[in-house]
Amino acid sequence: MLSASNISFERYFQPVFHPVSFQLGAGELLLVTGANGCGKTTLIRVLAGILDPSSGQLDNRAGGMAYVGHHLAIKDDLSVLENLRFMRDFLGTAAVSSNEVLQKMGLGRVREQLARTLSAGQRKRCALARLLLGDSPLWLLDEPYSNLDQEGVERVDDLLAAHLRTGGACVLATHGAHRPDWANTQDYHLVSGAPA
Amino acid sequence: MNVNTAVQQKPRKNALVMFIHKMGSPAWFYGFAGKLIPWLWALFGALAVWGLYLGLFKAPPDYLQGESFRIMYLHVPAAWMSMLIYAAMAVMGFIALVWRIRIMEIMAMSSAPIGAAFTLIALASGSLWGRPTWGTYWVWDARLTSELVLLFLYLGVIGLHNAIDEPRKAARAACLLALVGLVNLPIIHYSVKWWNTLHQGSSISITGGSSIDPSMLWPLLIMAVATKFYYAANLLTRSRVKLLQQDLRKSWAREMIRENRA
Amino acid sequence: MNTQVVQIAQVTQVAQGSLSKAFFALLRRDLLLAFRRRTELLFPVIFLLVIISLFPLGIGPSPELLARIAPGVIWIAALLATVISLDGLFRSDFEDGSLEQFVISGHPLTLISLAKIVAHWLVAGLPLVLLSPLLAVWMNLPLESLGVMVLTLALGTPILSLIGSIGVGLTISLKRGGQLLSLLVFPLYVPILIIATAAVMAASDGLPYTAFLGLLTAGLITSLTLAPFAAAAALKISLS
Repeated sequence: MLSASNISFERYFQPVFHPVSFQLGAGELLLVTGANGCGKTTLIRVLAGILDPSSGQLDNRAGGMAYVGHHLAIKDDLSVLENLRFMRDFLGTAAVSSNEVLQKMGLGRVREQLARTLSAGQRKRCALARLLLGDSPLWLLDEPYSNLDQEGVERVDDLLAAHLRTGGACVLATHGAHRPDWANTQDYHLVSGAPA
Repeated sequence: MNVNTAVQQKPRKNALVMFIHKMGSPAWFYGFAGKLIPWLWALFGALAVWGLYLGLFKAPPDYLQGESFRIMYLHVPAAWMSMLIYAAMAVMGFIALVWRIRIMEIMAMSSAPIGAAFTLIALASGSLWGRPTWGTYWVWDARLTSELVLLFLYLGVIGLHNAIDEPRKAARAACLLALVGLVNLPIIHYSVKWWNTLHQGSSISITGGSSIDPSMLWPLLIMAVATKFYYAANLLTRSRVKLLQQDLRKSWAREMIRENRA
Repeated sequence: MNTQVVQIAQVTQVAQGSLSKAFFALLRRDLLLAFRRRTELLFPVIFLLVIISLFPLGIGPSPELLARIAPGVIWIAALLATVISLDGLFRSDFEDGSLEQFVISGHPLTLISLAKIVAHWLVAGLPLVLLSPLLAVWMNLPLESLGVMVLTLALGTPILSLIGSIGVGLTISLKRGGQLLSLLVFPLYVPILIIATAAVMAASDGLPYTAFLGLLTAGLITSLTLAPFAAAAALKISLS
């Protein structure tokens, strides 16, 4: 689904991380770990197509991506439901009901509240809802567990497991303690800077 | 911006493509430009001296303006260069954006201050020319007004380039701006020209507009060519320095410095 | 020979769902967001009124003088008000990550930009057009040219939004982008200013003005087709 060959990205003429190569197939999880600031976010953004790599080859045959990163991309002035409805209309999945997704993400009780009034955990769950509102085979998750309590973390893992089971793939970057550790997990330790 | 360029496997590739690829090699560019620069300066110097001599001393005084017309030998070539450099900058910017050739980014950005300087010279000399001709230091004629707007375009490109921190991102943004400016430049130029006729009845032009005597024309053409050599020499000098600055940690630069060729 | 060969990615992002649905969803969302902050919508309007009223205060209230400079003054005020409001065009989406989502969605960024520009004009440009009769009265603009004034603004302010969006796209990643934005877009606005004011002045003098309106229309169509591409390219650069 996604294959990278010696991807590198430069800032200020220095590579942000060592060249990255991997192959990711359906049902597989690529777990990207590394120290803080080693470039995980940059790598995810390169994989997402927001950044163009400085060199290397990236082959994306996923046919659709969903990305949840540091910036949650939810509008403070809209309610939770309005945010989800917009995501659904924009991403174009007709069959999914926003209300169903609300329930699944545990946001049923705050559906009419403006996003600005939500707690950090609720905002994160609202942002993660877009994973269910689109129908993308490839998920790119940058620190999906941050700001979530134990229940939230389990929720994410459940979604992830279901996604992989149905043939989706995921690249997940995290530096936190919690890491999913399933059978189809590839571990990738990202190293910052230029190779020696 | 999704270009797939393959490695040159076959030896008999198109010579032009090979040249462009070679150009992308910093070490090659640095060496080649270094060899070229002294010649360019020499040619500029020779032509400028000759042109100024002919223009300031040998050409007869204008029957209308007397001696003051001689400032034309500075003003007109400067104005021409201000526009030519903008076009060159935008074209290099286009190449840099589409094919991501770093040396083109460098040369486009190095062109901006040179072009702005020529624009300033054109404005200052035009203003000085206005004094004996029209009695005032500034007149909103089509050319000066156009040059002023061109100066703002240049300052925008330079300003944008300076404002963004990451060098390559800054260069790409400024290149895009230059390109947008180039597309608008003819529109601006003609609308200003037309605005001038609209508000003043007949077009006022500092150069007078009538046909020019050959003895007055030759120095002008020589100066025009001289300024092109100046641009080339200055551009390559600046680009070499920028390239070295950017690649200070790369092996080719270290080698050059070590061998004292930098 | 030290050639650096770069193979850039072919990232095929296939958008699911219809483009037109996404376009209108975005348009609706932006209008809804503007409505949620409707008091802020008044700021450009108030700014416009203040600027216009400064002219009689600074130049003197002589009706003939005001009438003579009215087309230029109203149009310059419109330019200033537009530039002030432009920063809001992409900033919010840039800062909260929505713009990245638009890029990833696979929908062409060009049309995304266009949707946002349309929403921006409806919210920031249209009020200027509607307010112009009041401004014309303040500046003692001859009544014959009032209609043309409104028309030039109706045709011209969208062009201002479109061309301005390119400048916004380039400066959006800067903290103080707004100041640089003015420098970037004002030279590009010069032709519009010249043609629009010429139309109004021609109408005041009883001369034919339709050619100028034709030029403005051509400008609108051209910028409608070209500006969103440039704005999208600018946004992509700003995101990197």
